[in-house]
Amino acid sequence: MDNQELKRHALNVRRGIIEGTHAAKSGHPGGSLSSAEIFTYLYFEEMNVDPKDPKKADRDRFVLSKGHTAPGLYSVLAEKGYFPASDLKSLRHVGAHLQGHPCATHTPGVDASSGSLGQGISVACGMAMSAKLFKDDFRVYTLLGDGEIEEGQVWEAAMFAGFRKLDNLCVIVDNNGLQIDGPIDQVNSPYPIPDKFKAFNFHVIEVNDGNDFDELRAAFKEAKETKGMPTAIICKTVKGKGISYMENQVGWHGKAPNDDEYNTAMEELKKAEEALS
Amino acid sequence: MSEVRKVATREAYGKALVMLGEKHDDLVVLDADLAEATKTVTFKKAFPERHIDCGIAEANMTCIAAGIASTGKVPFCSTFAMFAAGRSYEQVRNSIGYPHLNVKIGATHAGISVGEDGATHQCLEDIALMRVIPGMVVINPADETEAIAAVEAAYEYEGPVYMRFGRLAVPVIYDPAEYKFEIGKGTVLKEGKDVTLIATGLPVAESIEAEKMLAAEGISVELINMATIKPIDSELILKSAKKTGKVVTVEEHSVIGGLGSAVCEVLSENHPVPVKRIGINDTFGESGPAVELIKKYGLDAAGIAAQVKNFLK
Repeated sequence: MDNQELKRHALNVRRGIIEGTHAAKSGHPGGSLSSAEIFTYLYFEEMNVDPKDPKKADRDRFVLSKGHTAPGLYSVLAEKGYFPASDLKSLRHVGAHLQGHPCATHTPGVDASSGSLGQGISVACGMAMSAKLFKDDFRVYTLLGDGEIEEGQVWEAAMFAGFRKLDNLCVIVDNNGLQIDGPIDQVNSPYPIPDKFKAFNFHVIEVNDGNDFDELRAAFKEAKETKGMPTAIICKTVKGKGISYMENQVGWHGKAPNDDEYNTAMEELKKAEEALS
Repeated sequence: MSEVRKVATREAYGKALVMLGEKHDDLVVLDADLAEATKTVTFKKAFPERHIDCGIAEANMTCIAAGIASTGKVPFCSTFAMFAAGRSYEQVRNSIGYPHLNVKIGATHAGISVGEDGATHQCLEDIALMRVIPGMVVINPADETEAIAAVEAAYEYEGPVYMRFGRLAVPVIYDPAEYKFEIGKGTVLKEGKDVTLIATGLPVAESIEAEKMLAAEGISVELINMATIKPIDSELILKSAKKTGKVVTVEEHSVIGGLGSAVCEVLSENHPVPVKRIGINDTFGESGPAVELIKKYGLDAAGIAAQVKNFLK
């Protein structure tokens, strides 16, 4: 798929994020938007998945370890065709399948229930370990927040993945630089991130612009070709990317747009789409 | 009469895993640097490729088990009860319980019978912690026969199961040729009319002796082994309570949240009768030989008999 098409999908993913959080009057748009290109690339280019057969045995797995950015995952799943995009308006509503954090038993296409930070990467390691043990050739992708890697369990999992040489595992860190209480380097700095994963025997790829499809394409290709060790792709991104007033604003970590903000965001996305064609 | 054979339920766990491993290729065993102690080492020797030592990282191991289960395999996640239910509580709740994954948790070294290692390793809260998780089955077998049968039943059952095993060798009370284990069913070991004594795990063997002591004093005890704490056998509890009108529970666990609480929940909502809960009375354990601790905390036959008598006064 060419970049233009991917960009269109990414715009729709962003629309879905705004749609969902606006309708929910809560949720986490900032980190969902920073990962929009990552979500899009994984589901439209990288992973072997089939929305018509969400449970097919040989599918690649995706675990959203930073589960609070569920609006981004739900939006890409809808864009891919797992369920109607109109469902996104039911995000966080009573009785809806779209829970505040991903739930594997509720939503088609969600491979793991996640959101308690640090656990998703371990679940992904379990999936990758199982594939190794039983000689299945699916790959496992897991997306972590840069604040999330402050959780100690992330490093238990990293030690396991490195030691077990899980080269079917690809860990992606969305390094948007902000967590709830502020910039990550002012809260409890996890920097330098690449060095840490290297120390745990990962092949590390640094992506300078995680919102750029060329860079993501090169990184995921390199990850897939890496044998004998797991890969960590550390992506520098912009939190709130694509919505001017949300970009790099810590306040948009876990806040929904009101009606005016919703309209502004949708207008911006419309202009971005017009600029594409 | 020959000497009573004694086997720790953790030994039975290891033995059962090997038996199941021979039959089922999809069974995987996880451990956290305690294979010698949890007895998964026997499985490791038989099936080294399906034994995954996760090292001293229980939180990670618990979620690794979740990931493996999500691919359709059946992981048995093994460590001490303190770490399985305590340290990894939230991993069990969110990564196994919430998605209702087919993970079997083999928790050994439960209760004060851990002995010399003392309070940090004597988990007295695990039944309470595990039974409050929606959809979690909680089994606390009393002897080798029941433990093996419980592990087999756990494999056959689709969904998360917490199995509680002990470190100390305990008498084998059931004949494997005759005993049938069913998840959610208690078994009557002795019928009686004056008081119902419901025990689980290690104190079951002690309760068998206590029943004899009480019988000698003219007290007719109905003795029930409640191996499954969740789902609890309400039918059996109510039937017996209606007959005797008084219930005593015995467990190697805090009196808060465990078997005693589960029995009280059933009785208070359906057929209130006086209840005495025997267990660890809202305190931590301590170091010492297991047998001495069991006596000190009133979980030996004499201690149980005395408390039952006192309750009936």
